[in-house]
Amino acid sequence: MSAIVLNEVDPKKRRFLIAATSAVGAGAAVAVAVPFALSMRPSARTLAAGAPVEYDLSKLEMGQIVTIEYRGAPHWAIRRSPEMIAELSKHDALLADPLSEASSQPDFARNVNRSSNPEYFIVKGVCTHLGCSPTFRKEIGPADLGAEWPGGFFCPCHQSKFDMAGRVFKGMPAPKNLVITPYKITGMTLVIDADIKGA
Amino acid sequence: MAYTPKPAIAPPVPGIVGKAIVWVDARFPLVKLYKEQLTDYYAPKNFNFWYYFGSLAMLVLVMQIATGIFLTMNYKPDAKLAFGSVEYIMRDVPWGWLIRYMHSTGASLFFVVVYLHMMRGLMYGSYRKPRELLWIFGCLIYLCLMAEAFFGYLLPWGQMSYWGAQVIINLFSAIPIIGEDLSVWIRGDYNVGDATLNRFFAFHVIAIPLVLLGLVAAHLMALREVGSNNPDGIEIKLTLDPKTGTPLDGIPFHPYYTVKDIVGVVVFLGVFTAIVFFSPEMGGYFLEAPNFVPADPLKTPVHIAPVWYFTPFYAMLRAVPSYLGTQFWGVAVMGAATMILFALPWLDRGKVKSVRYRGPIYKGFLTAFVISFLILGYLGVVPTTVWGQLPKGLPLVGGMDLATLVARILTAVYFAFFILMPWYTKKDKELPEPQRVTV
Repeated sequence: MSAIVLNEVDPKKRRFLIAATSAVGAGAAVAVAVPFALSMRPSARTLAAGAPVEYDLSKLEMGQIVTIEYRGAPHWAIRRSPEMIAELSKHDALLADPLSEASSQPDFARNVNRSSNPEYFIVKGVCTHLGCSPTFRKEIGPADLGAEWPGGFFCPCHQSKFDMAGRVFKGMPAPKNLVITPYKITGMTLVIDADIKGA
Repeated sequence: MAYTPKPAIAPPVPGIVGKAIVWVDARFPLVKLYKEQLTDYYAPKNFNFWYYFGSLAMLVLVMQIATGIFLTMNYKPDAKLAFGSVEYIMRDVPWGWLIRYMHSTGASLFFVVVYLHMMRGLMYGSYRKPRELLWIFGCLIYLCLMAEAFFGYLLPWGQMSYWGAQVIINLFSAIPIIGEDLSVWIRGDYNVGDATLNRFFAFHVIAIPLVLLGLVAAHLMALREVGSNNPDGIEIKLTLDPKTGTPLDGIPFHPYYTVKDIVGVVVFLGVFTAIVFFSPEMGGYFLEAPNFVPADPLKTPVHIAPVWYFTPFYAMLRAVPSYLGTQFWGVAVMGAATMILFALPWLDRGKVKSVRYRGPIYKGFLTAFVISFLILGYLGVVPTTVWGQLPKGLPLVGGMDLATLVARILTAVYFAFFILMPWYTKKDKELPEPQRVTV
C-alpha cells in the first residue's frame, strides 16, 4: 500500500463537478419533495364524500330557512315571502353587484332574485370574504344593523352584509355575492349538485 | 503542524465530580462553551426592566414544550374525538387541568413577553447595525410563534378553533389565481375537517417547534457574536479595560445577569400561577367562551374574534374594503404589517440608536405607533358596530361604522411609522450620545 498523494487540482474541472453534482442533487431533492407536497391534497376518501344531496322543499314555512350540508359546507334553502321578494328590487343603489355579473352562480340564477323560482332561494351559506357562515337577519331595520337594513344575511366575522338574494352591499370586506351552487328543483324536491350542467 | 492534544484542565471542584468534569472536557468543549456563553460573555451593566423578557421568553418556551409533551399523551387529533379528549384531560386525567391551563396560559404570556421584548428592541434601536441579523432571526421567531399559536388553537376543536382556522386558511384563497387550490391544499379538504386537524397537529407538535428551536439557537448565537445592545444604544466594546481587555461597561453574564433574571423569573411565575389558578380563561381573552362548544361546520358563532395577540392585525384585515372584486388587499395589508418589521434596520437613518437621545419627531411617531397598535388590538376584539355609525349626511364617510373608520386611520399610522422612518429619523434633532453607559 502506498500513501495517497494529492495531485495538482484543476480548479475549472472541480468547479464544474461541484456545480453539476449540486444541480443534480437539488433536482433530486425537488423531485422527492413532490410526492410529499401532493400527499397534502384531498384524499380519495374526501373526494368521494361529495355526493349530491336532496331536500324536500314542501316542509318549508313562509320566511323559513333550513341549512343543508353539502360537501361539508352549509347550504341554505329559504322560502321568501312576497314582501321579501318585493324588497329585492328597491335597494340596487346600495349593492356592489346588483345584477350578479361578477359573481358565481348558474346561468338561471343570474337575475334579481338569484333563483329559478323567486319563492325558493337556494344558496351556499359561506361568506365570499373568508368563509364564515353569515347569520340570517330577516327583520327590517333592526337597531344594530341600521334603519336601512332591508333584511338579509350578516356575517359575524367581518361584518359583511348581503341582501335577501345573497347580494353583497357596497364597501363590505366581501367582494362578491354569495355563491350559488348548481341545483335543480323537480316538483318540490331540491337536489344540490355542483356537477349539474346548464340546469 | 504537529498534533497537540488539548491540555487537561485542573479539576474545578474536588472529588469525583471534578474528575468527571475533567474527563468530559477532554472529549467535549465543556469549559469552552461555559465560558463563551456565560462567564466570559460581557453584557452592558446598565440593563433595566425591559431586559427581562428575552430570558423569560426562553422560560416560557421550555414550559410550553414540557406541558405540550404531557398533553399529547392524552390528546386525540381526530375530528370526532379531539373536543372530548380535551375535556377528558380537564376532568379525568389526574392534574390534567393544571397541565392544560399551564399550556394555554403559557401561550398568551408567551406573546406578552415577546411583544415587550420587541418593544425593547424598538425603543433602544437593538435592530441597528451590527444587530440586523439578530433582529431578523427574532422576526422569524415571531412568525413561527404566530404559526404555532394558530395551529395549536385548532386542536381543541371548539367553535372558535374551527371558525378561526376557516377564516385564516381562507386568507390564502384571496391570493389571485392559485388561491383557491392553495387553500384546499392547506386544508386537505374543501372545508376545515379531520384532515386539517390531523395535519395541524403534526405542524404544532413537531414541525414548527423544531424550526423554532433552530431559530432560537441562531438568535442566541448571533447575540453572542455582536453582544447585547443597552438602553443607551452605545457599543460597550469601544471602551475596553486596558489591563483585562474586557469592556469597562460590561459585566459577565454569569453570575450577574443570571441572578438578575432569576428575580424576573420569580415575579413572572407569580403572575403566571395567579392566572393559572385564579383566572385561566382570563375573562374570555386567553380561552374564548365559544371554544367550549364543539366545532359545528354549519354554524358560525354570533361574534367571532381571534385570541387577543392576533387582534391588531385582524382589525387591519377587516378595515380594508374589497376592491376590484377581490378581498386580497386586506390580506396583503395584514401580511405587510408583519413583514415590514424585517425592513426596520434599513428604514432607520438616525445617528443614535436609543430613544433616550432621539428627537421629538421620532418620539412622537413611536408613541403614535404604540397607541395605534393597542387600539387596533382592542378594535379586533369587538364588532365593528361597537361605536355606532357616522351620520348619513357626512361626505365620503357618511353611514360608515365609526370603528371601521378609526381602524383605517390607525392602520395608516402603523404603516406611517415605518414608511416615513427614513425621512423623520434623518431630519430629527437628536441629542449627543454619551461615551459611557448611564444609569
